[in-house]
Amino acid sequence: MNAIAATTPSYSPLRSYLLEARYEFLRLLRTPSFALPSLLFPALFYTLFGIVLNRSSGDAARYLLATYGVFGVMGTGLFAFGVTVAMERERGFITYKRALPMPPGAYLFAKMAMAMLFAAMISLLLAVLAVTLGHVSLAPWQWLELFAINVVGVLPFCALGLFIGTLVGGQGSPAVVNMLYLPMSFLSGLWLPLKMLPPVFATIAPVWPSYQLAQIALKVIGMDAGGTPWLHVAVLAGFTTLFFLLARRRLRRTG
Amino acid sequence: MDHSRLELAHLRGVRKQYGKVVALDGVDLTLESGQVLALLGANGAGKTTAIALLLGLLQPDAGEVALFGQSPQQLTARRRIGVMLQSAGIADNSKVRELLDLTRSYYPQPRSVEDCVALAGLDGLLGRRYGQLSGGQQRRVQFALALCGNPQLLFLDEPTTGLDIEARQTLWRAIRELVAGGCSVLLTTHYLEEAETLADRVVVLNRGRVVASGAMDEIRKHVAQRRIRCLSALDTACIAAWPQVRSAQRLDARIEVVTDAAETVVRRLLAEDAALSELEVQRAGLADAFIELTRDDADAAPQPQREAA
Repeated sequence: MNAIAATTPSYSPLRSYLLEARYEFLRLLRTPSFALPSLLFPALFYTLFGIVLNRSSGDAARYLLATYGVFGVMGTGLFAFGVTVAMERERGFITYKRALPMPPGAYLFAKMAMAMLFAAMISLLLAVLAVTLGHVSLAPWQWLELFAINVVGVLPFCALGLFIGTLVGGQGSPAVVNMLYLPMSFLSGLWLPLKMLPPVFATIAPVWPSYQLAQIALKVIGMDAGGTPWLHVAVLAGFTTLFFLLARRRLRRTG
Repeated sequence: MDHSRLELAHLRGVRKQYGKVVALDGVDLTLESGQVLALLGANGAGKTTAIALLLGLLQPDAGEVALFGQSPQQLTARRRIGVMLQSAGIADNSKVRELLDLTRSYYPQPRSVEDCVALAGLDGLLGRRYGQLSGGQQRRVQFALALCGNPQLLFLDEPTTGLDIEARQTLWRAIRELVAGGCSVLLTTHYLEEAETLADRVVVLNRGRVVASGAMDEIRKHVAQRRIRCLSALDTACIAAWPQVRSAQRLDARIEVVTDAAETVVRRLLAEDAALSELEVQRAGLADAFIELTRDDADAAPQPQREAA
């Protein structure tokens, strides 16, 4: 207590960014309705569909390792931003924060950092399951690449979630997020390879950001559809920027 | 208190419109150091809009807003203020200590956690989650967050709404302590008693315009009348015709006379009715002054006595 009492002689807003992110993380960790589905669903689904039901095929365990990573981080980005921003906007919390001398961008930075941390946890959880139960073996650089793709790949979905959060109310936001999340997962081949579906699905798949991210992840293990990875990266970067800017415009006007 | 009052913030000729609804129509407002200013007005009078403009949450359509000589959009200006809004929307699963820690980090020279706890009465609450607190405790946390940055100017938007009398008085004491320490306050409130207790100056808004502004006593003087109540058999129609009597009416056995010259009227009442009893003379409170000031609007006339704002 005595240490806290001393006032900081030179003021730096850096501490605000760090505290904001840390408390946002703790807060969501204490929200079972967010933390449990975010962390456990990808792991449970992967264990069930990638490992238990696919004993014969090592390919499925590898394919689904990549795609359930994408599935997991997509959910984290969409829910962490879509639902919390919608609720906090509705409750007047964003207005309150704007009245305080909060350093610029600290609110979004905190949410982004927290989403990336959750993405990292999901990625590690899946990797542990893949190695121990799925007997997946990859080169170290492949593990690292998948991990990095998951952690950075959460950002386009943060942007999309943020935009949803500025549009819909707190009550309706989980429904809207799920209506995007689950169909997009299926249509992007995250649960089943698109080759197993009618060809029309593969034709429209590039529309979905989750498809773009999945292709990058599948490239690492040589199971992608053969596109240029940098093109996928560029599409995702453009997508992220677009939705972030749209959301910022909405927040300016309504927040 | 002294001659060296500094201007902390102002609105000058500010106009703000939402669609076709004019929320503020040419409002001037000045906040000075060492002062508690109460902003009063009925719902929809423009109080919340005025505060939102001073906090930089809204931009005026016309006119000028300044906070410490800067735009309220500037972080350096807002680092000198503390804010307690009507609804903060704070997340239920944040702990009080975390909220305090985080908000303190926004300010260059925050108050110590102990001081915040002592001033706002947060003993034993630091480790609790915000959502587990009672309404009164949550208001205290919000008050602590408003004062934790050691602000020079405190915005309190209906700080005691929903509190019981004891909690309200505790908060009043804390506000007075802050003011004694040199902090200025802009207060909006539903409770006129609160404005009377805390404020040095009052600005009354009605339909987006300032209808009165001045020292608390001046505002009260706007309405010089006093109210005389007593048990008497005298005819109220006669009394109403006496000089300086504004109105006289009978409520069962009791009569109520509103007058500008209480002493003269009381003397005459006693002279005319030897059996007169339970005499009571009341100075017009802020509530009466307030009703008088906003009377020009036909629909604003039947204001309730206690909760006119």
